[in-house]
Amino acid sequence: MRWLWLDRILELDKAKRCIAIRNVTAAEDVLHDHFAASTKAGGFHGGPTGCAPGTEHPAYPVMPNSLIIEGFAQTAGILVGHANDFKEKVILAKIGKAEFTGVPATPGTTIRHTAEITNLTDSGASTTGTVELLDPADPSAAPKALATIDMMFSHIDQNMQGIEFPEENFVFTDQFMDLLARSGVK
Amino acid sequence: MALSDEEIFEKIQEVLEEALGVDEDEVTPEATIGGDLGAESIDYLDISFRLEKAFDIKIGESEMFDQSVLSEEGVVEDGVVTDEGLAKLKEKMPHAEWSAFEADPQVDKLGDVFTVEMIRRFVKAKTA
Repeated sequence: MRWLWLDRILELDKAKRCIAIRNVTAAEDVLHDHFAASTKAGGFHGGPTGCAPGTEHPAYPVMPNSLIIEGFAQTAGILVGHANDFKEKVILAKIGKAEFTGVPATPGTTIRHTAEITNLTDSGASTTGTVELLDPADPSAAPKALATIDMMFSHIDQNMQGIEFPEENFVFTDQFMDLLARSGVK
Repeated sequence: MALSDEEIFEKIQEVLEEALGVDEDEVTPEATIGGDLGAESIDYLDISFRLEKAFDIKIGESEMFDQSVLSEEGVVEDGVVTDEGLAKLKEKMPHAEWSAFEADPQVDKLGDVFTVEMIRRFVKAKTA
């Protein structure tokens, strides 16, 4: 994990569960392209209809599913790393399942990742979990289901025979430790 | 009550379909896990976790697919597994079928020993 894609950890129950959130903002570049307004004919993004004169589609900013998976991977990765006090280098090894409901994660909403460990051994771990969308405009509403994901992680020092990795834990860098600290996780 | 061979096989079929994304008809008893079904290293751990759940058993690290002896001295010479190595492999994995490998013990063919049938025998011994 060389880059941070989460805002805050809400709960971290050692070797059991991690809940983290990621706010979606219109200020992030990736949403400007995903999807930009277009003059091309044909419905390519399934966004709302009605747009400025001269364009076929209005801009439709929505968090890409691939980056929602990244957020889940970081949530689950922190959970697996924390289980061994961040001594192992935890690498995403397999996405067994990632099923999306089609609910769009639009700017001004919050994505909540809940990851749980299903198996943990010396060589790696399997995790499962859900991704939900919270809408601050309607805080009492039930969160909307975004995705269910199964993911596996490898402890690479235990698995890659003959390959040496740097001593330093390049997976859990200072920015992840800072995230944990400011989230009040010990 | 112990599961029948057929029940064990059907559950293994489900496990492999889910873990490897293969079709039911690809999971024949003779199919090799790596060669025919395309498993990569992490998949062996995934299969192991899923078998534990499906059969309510505990599988130790590399209990099912143990290749650790290959790095021991005297086990492999010029890409061929020695008699001593073969004896060690058999001891570690009594659930595998060794006759074909014994006839041509090239180390890079060891993967062919890891078949669906081998998993079935392993699970049968575990659940007996």
